Amino acid sequence: MATPAPLLEVEGLSVRLEVEGVRRPVLRDVSLSLDRGEALGLVGESGSGKSMTARAIDRLLPAGAEVTGTVRFEGTDVGALSGTALRRYRGRVAMVFQDPRAHVNPVRRIGDFMTEALRMNQGISVRDAERRAVEMLGEVGIANGARRLRQYPHELSGGLLQRVMIATALLTEPALLLADEPTTALDVTTQADVMAILDALRREFDLALVFITHDLDLAAAVCDRTAVMYAGQIVEIHASSRLHDDPLHPYTAALAAARPDITRTARRLQAIAGRPLSSFEAPADECAFAPRCGYAQTACRERLPELVRLNGGVSRCVRAHELRSMLGRARG
Amino acid sequence: MSSAPVASTDVVIGRSRRPLPIVTLLRATGPVGIASAVVIAAATFIAAFGWLLAPYDANLTNLTNTFVGPTGGHLLGFDVQGRDVLSRLLAGAWTSMLGPLAVVGICITVGTVLAVTAAWRRGATDAVVSSGLDVLFAFPAILLAVLAAAVFGAGLLAASIAIAIAYTPYVARVLRGAALRERSRPYVAALEVQGASATTICLRHLVPNIMPLIVAQATILFGYAMVDLAAISYLGLGVQPPNANWGVMIAENQSGILEGTTLPALSAGIAIVVVVVAFNLLGERLFENTRKGR
Amino acid sequence: MLIASLLVASFVIFGAMYLAPGNPISALSGGRSLPPDSIRVLEARYHLNDPFFTQYWYWLTGALHGNLGISIVLRENVSTLIASRIWTTAGLVLYASLLILVAGIGLGVLAGLRPGILDTSALVVSAISAAIPAFVAAIVLIIVFAVKLGWLPAFGNGAGLLDEIKHFTLPAVALAISSMAIVARVTRASVREESVREHVQTAISRGLPRRHVIRRHVLRNAAIPITTVSGITIASLIAVAAVVEVAFGLNGLGAYLVQSAQSKDLAVVQGISLVLVTAFVLVNVAVDVLYSLLDPRVALGTRAQ
Repeated sequence: MATPAPLLEVEGLSVRLEVEGVRRPVLRDVSLSLDRGEALGLVGESGSGKSMTARAIDRLLPAGAEVTGTVRFEGTDVGALSGTALRRYRGRVAMVFQDPRAHVNPVRRIGDFMTEALRMNQGISVRDAERRAVEMLGEVGIANGARRLRQYPHELSGGLLQRVMIATALLTEPALLLADEPTTALDVTTQADVMAILDALRREFDLALVFITHDLDLAAAVCDRTAVMYAGQIVEIHASSRLHDDPLHPYTAALAAARPDITRTARRLQAIAGRPLSSFEAPADECAFAPRCGYAQTACRERLPELVRLNGGVSRCVRAHELRSMLGRARG
Repeated sequence: MSSAPVASTDVVIGRSRRPLPIVTLLRATGPVGIASAVVIAAATFIAAFGWLLAPYDANLTNLTNTFVGPTGGHLLGFDVQGRDVLSRLLAGAWTSMLGPLAVVGICITVGTVLAVTAAWRRGATDAVVSSGLDVLFAFPAILLAVLAAAVFGAGLLAASIAIAIAYTPYVARVLRGAALRERSRPYVAALEVQGASATTICLRHLVPNIMPLIVAQATILFGYAMVDLAAISYLGLGVQPPNANWGVMIAENQSGILEGTTLPALSAGIAIVVVVVAFNLLGERLFENTRKGR
Repeated sequence: MLIASLLVASFVIFGAMYLAPGNPISALSGGRSLPPDSIRVLEARYHLNDPFFTQYWYWLTGALHGNLGISIVLRENVSTLIASRIWTTAGLVLYASLLILVAGIGLGVLAGLRPGILDTSALVVSAISAAIPAFVAAIVLIIVFAVKLGWLPAFGNGAGLLDEIKHFTLPAVALAISSMAIVARVTRASVREESVREHVQTAISRGLPRRHVIRRHVLRNAAIPITTVSGITIASLIAVAAVVEVAFGLNGLGAYLVQSAQSKDLAVVQGISLVLVTAFVLVNVAVDVLYSLLDPRVALGTRAQ
């Protein structure tokens, strides 16, 4: 029995951007895959390249970006698409952005925003499109949809606007949803609501989801698997349930340990020494995390570690096998 | 122990070792800024000493030479009344630049006073000043200058004052914004707590700190004032002939164009454009520098 | 609000009579000596024996009814004199506005949407054009197009519609040129700024066609600052038109205003000033209205300066 091909396959994706006249790498050798209906968390600090990865998948990189490696969606090479084919692809991949207020056109009504893709790309009539929009608003928990459609973005709160964005993303019945920190700009209570909606809808519509966040536990709560990024590279991909007990990379372990556990008292908060490296600064010939890693050895500084498979996951640590027992729950 | 923050005009130990502020200013504006500054310096020099530099008497008429083209030592030929164009151009720099200087002087002074007062007092004073400024905007400068000429008679003084009055609301509004921002900075509160008087704070700290914006605004304003005043003189309502003035020269010599003598009018026009462009370019760059925080 | 500005301006125009050295009579007569009968007529007409504000009131209400006084020089009603010349000025300003909007915005949009080498040279050209005063532009245009090339006339109104358009072309271009440059620059900057905004990214990410995105997201949003700047520059044309009219010998309000200022015909100056200031304020009101229509976040009358 053949396993179905993954919906999304990213292989060796590297992106370089021109920053102030110098070409710098923002993504190095990113590889991941996603099956239909699967949720993958993408976790990392600022500058780790997680947003870039999503943009690369949706072909939204800034002009002049140098891209190597492949992104394959349903078997087709996304990088080779152009014109109508590209637009059709973009129609099947929906993206939800971080700051809803900046990402919705302030001078057009909500109804216009929501139905735009349906009317333009699928030729659906205004009346039908609006009907669907109202239904979808109901799904995200917004009552009175017809009234909302007439309103302008500035009349809605941030949380409401983000829910509208999610509803809009789902209207075109995409196969893949890329959510770039959808709740970071919201307050905590709204965060929980929006997360719940996202999770429920994903399962209902059998969407594949890439969920980008800096919060490891949040990703783990919603996603089956989690990928951890550091300095523009993937350093670990593992089943979310195993992240705490069996992290495959010292960085993941440190991230997990750094989160204060409210059920225990501890003398000090555990922080990771040093500051996070952005992808611009990461060296090309050694492990980027080595300077901050408690387990670093000379081998770590000799060459760039490759991704190795173990225990159903992937790790970019040279010492991954050795450290397995030590990394998990090392907070004794 | 003085903990007053360093304002740009505070005397600081070692200040004599820092480069002159004007040099740092110029370095910050790039090659275009420097080129503009050079042009402006040249124009100022000519304005001050043009009457010395002129090869011939700028007011000596000789009707047999009307609109004769460039010959001999007369590089730009003769104008409508047989005067040497080049000499007249050099001599005319003085009135052409004096008016704008007066306009800018008045505007900036009055504008700064209004802006700082409104920003300092805030509340009712600010509301009154702001509404007052908003309400005064309806008069285009040229119109006010023409009105002034009708009432007080044609002349550079009346025109300059009228234009200054027309510009002041705009200048005051721009400076008020900056003054308000500066006023809410922590060091102002610190100085107030130390017991410094309002005048001291404003004069010795607030104004110097918005000085880059004031200078940028003044530079741009000079360009506008020069255009408007030259227009007024062109219309015959500003500097009166036979005084040499670039605007007047264009008006006087326009008739020659139809006969084919373009140099007298054109050279005056080019002089105006060159100086105005220099002020505009420099002013814009200075303005951008204030946005970038110097 | 703007109405208040208009009132203040009319007050200034009226009060000019009193600012002049001497008494209002001498201001109105421009220093000419008048026979006693004429003086009495003036006193009655302007209610000069009444308190100041009453005079102002009479003058203002009279103006609203079309009574703007009498020209000392021509002994005719100012309103008649204005009416015969107003279409010249209006035509000139409209023609120039058309040029500014079509060429200025058009070029600006093109430059904004297509970055290229054309861009930098265009920037330099526009920086210089923006600084060319209308009367200097007039001179250059006369030299090039009227004298050297002989394509277009340099003087007078012309007769008949087509001829008038020919006669108005050089003046309109002279009037429009610096404003065109300013509008083009602001347009280009706004279009550039809008095209990299996040909401445009959202639209692209949804696979919308490029033309559609440009039209309904980039241009539609950039229209807001573009409208404001265009409106302000067009309003300023009203005053500068006077200079162009004089340069090209056009028989418009502006030229007549200058003439009257020279001959100290104060009533005419007051009348024309009032008309021009009113036009100026009306254009600004129109811009405010347009702005609040384009930007639903803004209530009427709160246009950001």
